[in-house]
Formats: sequence, structure tokens, C-alpha cells
Amino acid sequence: MLAYIVRRILATIPVMVVVAIFVFALLHLSPGDPAAIIAGDSATDADIARIHAQLGLDRPFYVQFVEWVWGLLHGDLGISIFTNLPVLKLIGQRVEPTIALTVSTLIVSVLVAIPLGILAAWKAGTWIDRVVMVFAVFGFSVPVFVLAYVLIYIFSIATKLLPVQGYVAPSDGLQPFLSHLVMPSIALGFVYIALIARITRASMLDVLAQDYIRTAQAKGLPNETVLIRHALRNAAVPIVTIIGIGVALLIGGVVVTETVFAIPGLGRLTVDAILRRDYPIIQGVILIFSAIYVLINLLVDLSYAVLDPRIRY
Amino acid sequence: MAVAPTDLTLTAAPARRGRMAAYVRRHPTIIVGVGLLALMVAMAIFAPYLGTVDPQALAPAKRLKWPSAEYLFGTDMFGRDVYSRTIYGARVSLAVGISVALLAVGLGMAIGLVSGFNRWVDAVVMRVMDGLMSIPAILIAIALMALNRASLQNVIFAITVAEVPRVTRLVRGVVLTLREQPYVEAAIASGTVSIKILWRHIVPNTMAPVLVQGTFIAASAMITEAILSFIGAGTPPTIPSWGNIMAEGRSVFQLAYYIVLFPGIMLSVTVLAINLLGDGLRDALDPRLARRL
Repeated sequence: MLAYIVRRILATIPVMVVVAIFVFALLHLSPGDPAAIIAGDSATDADIARIHAQLGLDRPFYVQFVEWVWGLLHGDLGISIFTNLPVLKLIGQRVEPTIALTVSTLIVSVLVAIPLGILAAWKAGTWIDRVVMVFAVFGFSVPVFVLAYVLIYIFSIATKLLPVQGYVAPSDGLQPFLSHLVMPSIALGFVYIALIARITRASMLDVLAQDYIRTAQAKGLPNETVLIRHALRNAAVPIVTIIGIGVALLIGGVVVTETVFAIPGLGRLTVDAILRRDYPIIQGVILIFSAIYVLINLLVDLSYAVLDPRIRY
Repeated sequence: MAVAPTDLTLTAAPARRGRMAAYVRRHPTIIVGVGLLALMVAMAIFAPYLGTVDPQALAPAKRLKWPSAEYLFGTDMFGRDVYSRTIYGARVSLAVGISVALLAVGLGMAIGLVSGFNRWVDAVVMRVMDGLMSIPAILIAIALMALNRASLQNVIFAITVAEVPRVTRLVRGVVLTLREQPYVEAAIASGTVSIKILWRHIVPNTMAPVLVQGTFIAASAMITEAILSFIGAGTPPTIPSWGNIMAEGRSVFQLAYYIVLFPGIMLSVTVLAINLLGDGLRDALDPRLARRL
């Protein structure tokens, strides 16, 4: 068991190395002079030379890479071209809204999706099942920003129930904090709910066909006990796996959701960086997001042993 | 038993029609998906003949007109006809969806086949793919777009790079299971050259899952294109795409939500059509996977 944990943790190192090489190499593999593209069409030669020096493009490739990795290992993600501030500091200023948004989305999604999936599997073949499955297909098809605008129209413009956009820190009042998160969380979570509900249904259907479920029902256990204690526990591994993999959807969606709802988080930082062609920030955000994603999936892998004692490593 | 050839054809035709009908009954989603998709493709191809005007034509005097008989979908803040822009926008979305699906499937298959058949290549390639798959697809596309000039080709390239790892993984997985099959081992044992084994025995068996995956890639590529355009890292503003139109309508959403609404509906319907087609294909071609989902 311990050996497995250590092996699994070590396995994340090559993954993160590939991520680091990728974001670093992009700057050098892209056709043309990245400094010229970053500087924009109206840049002078001096501007381009300055960005060249700032990105370290004037030095040999391997020297740049070693220095960059050395910096990374010391928590130095480079300097923003536009603001001249350390990227890590800029990211630090924007982390809170993004964490609030993703965590609330995660909680809402799991709380909605798993009961939906269980219900669909339990009532398989009935209209309830069909409604859930139709909802799942729609969830995959409506892009997050389209849904976001529909929500804004219904809950802000037409009924004025919720604030249109913005973010309020929890320290400035819990009620405004939550009311600003309701719509972004629903919009961001929609596709995630569809994904988790679908896998929950499939996984539960597999388990519900097992003999021990029939035995449990035959000995007169109430439905809730059979569904939760006997079925859900054994169906948990695929569900937890998809929750981990689906975090990629959340991270991608954060960029859009924060733009629509004017939330000053990492997604908004990324979009601003794209418009200003501030590549060091984009590099930093990708590294951070990927590290979080890898970490979450590491935790998911480690949770298998707890969820399903049959799994031995 | 002497049966005239004419009798054969007479009995075969209704049987085939019966099979077709049964197939449609069992997989109605394929038909709905194909129908909607055909409608969108026709709209994109025949855009100039659908009562559209120049989608880029500015008319400052007619800014922000609400949908009416003259302007079906209204006009935007530059007085451009939203109906024409939305119809022409279908071209960008479908072009991106189809090109990315073809390119990603082609590249992913090539890499996956080689990787599944050669342990040395596999060790290296799969590490790279694992790394790429741990970066959310949109962020890969964003990084590529930030370093390249905005153009339709670059958008297609960026989204393809983000989608290739998934196809590679899928194809490699199929190859690894097939390689252990007795008929492939027999082919190896009888000295068939690798390339022939790949082509005759492996490739045909990867087609079904790859086709299904291809439809889902097309759907996700269209959403990614719209997202990239929406956040200003996608198709250049000179080409009307659904993402662009929505991005421009963002600032006037409270005054004229229809600018965001119409391209949003079009995008959702198109993606829905492709997803229905993909779900139907999966149920029909890949029963093992279908049972799991």
C-alpha cells in the first residue's frame, strides 16, 4: 500500500516535467518571432529587443531552460511583460475568487449529479430515467457562456433576483458572497453535472444487476439502504474517477465563466493576459492549473484503496 | 432449387428496407442528429442565397434595431445584420469542427498505431501524451493562440494539438488489446510484415471507436472555437463566427440580448446534433462502450 502511494506520487513528476517542457518549448517552437507577436503590430524594434531580453530569448536554448526550471523550483514563475510584476504575485492576488467559484461548483455539481444518476439508474427505462438522460445530452451541448447569458437574462434582467455580475469576498458578507456565486456555479457546473450523472447512472446500473443487490432486496432491506450502502459504495470508483477527470472541464470553463460574470480570478487574469499578449502570465497559469489537475487526480487514484478494499496494489 | 434471379432481388429489397426501418427505430437519435446537422451544413453552404446581406456591412444609422421583418435577428451596435452574420458564422464553426475532427483523428491514429506496436516509441509517446492530457484542452489552445497571429488556420491547428492526445490514447488502447489476439499472433508467427498486419488486422478494428470519438471531437472543437473567439483569442474579428458575434454582443447584452441569443442557439443546436449523432453511432457500433454509458 505504502509502496503504491509512493510510486503513484513519483509518477506525477514526469507528467509535470512534460507540462513544463511544453509551455516552455511553445515559446521557441512557434513560427516567426514570438517577441514580435507579443509586442504587437505597432511595436518598434527597441520594444521587440526589450521583450527578447525579458523572455531570455537572446540566450542559448538550454541556458534559458535550465534557468527557467531553476526559477520554477524556487517558486519564481517569471515577470509579467505588461505590469513588470512577478507572475506568482499576480496569480496570488487572483486565486481567491477562482477557488471560491470552483469549490462551490464542485459541491453543487456533486450534490446534484450523484442523486440524479442514482435516481435514473433506479428508475431505469422509465420517464424519469429518460428526462435525466436528455438533460445530460443537453448539458454536453449548451456551451457555458450561452447558458450563463440565459441565466443572467432570467435571474438578473427579467426578475432581478440575483446580481448580474461581480464578485464579493466572503469577508465582506456571506450573503452577497453566495448570491454572486449562484449563477456562475450553475453555469460552470452544468456540463460537469451532466458528465457525473451519466457515469453515476452507468456505474449504478452495473452494480444493481449484481446478485447481492437481489439478496439485499429479498431480505427486506429498505430501498435507501440497498441503493446507498450496497450499490453506491460499490459503484463509487468510476464516479470518483470521472469527478477527477472532469475537473479539466471546470478549469477550462472558469476562463469563460469569469469573463461573463466579471469575476476577478485566474480565468480573468488569463483573458487579460491573452489580450495583452503577456505570455509569462499564461505560462504561469497553465502550470498552476495543470499542477492542481494532476494533484486532484493523484488524490482520486489514492482514494481507490479506501473506496474499494478489493483493490490491492 | 431453382430460383430466378429476379425473385431474389424482389425479396431482398423489402428485407433491406425492413432492416433500415428497424435500425432507425432502434437508433432514432442518429436520424435526429443527422437531420439537424444536414440542415446546418446546408445553411453554411447556401449562406449567400438565404436572404443574407454582406455580414460585414456597417450601417451606423441602423444600430441596435430589434428583430423585425426587415432584420430577422436585429442589428448589432455597428448596424450589421445579425441574421446574416449568424448564417455566415455557421461556416466557421462547421469548418473548425470538421477539420479538427479529421486532423486529430488522422494524427492520433498514426501516433497511436505506431505507439501501440513499438514498445520504445510507446514509452516516450505516452509520457508526452500523459503530460499534454493533464493540461486542460482550452488552455493548450489559449497558449498556442497567444503566440500566433489570429487566423482560422491557427485556430484549427491549436484545437487539433489539444485533441490529439485523446485519440492517441484510444487507438493505442485498442492496438494493445488486438496485439494479443490469436489471429494477430498467427499473422506475426507466419511472418506477415508489420505494416500489413497494421493495415489488414488492426486499423479496421479501430474504426468504430475512432469514428465515435471523431464526432465528439467535432462537437468539442466547435465549443472550443466559440470560447476562444469569445475571449478574444480565436477567429479574427473580420470573420463572423458565432463566438465573435457573442463576444461583440457582450457589452450591449442588457440592451440587446438577441445578439448573443441567436448565435448561442445555433451553436447549441449544432453541438447537440453532433452529440446525438455520436451517441447513436456509439450505441450502434460499440455495444461494449454503450452498455457502460
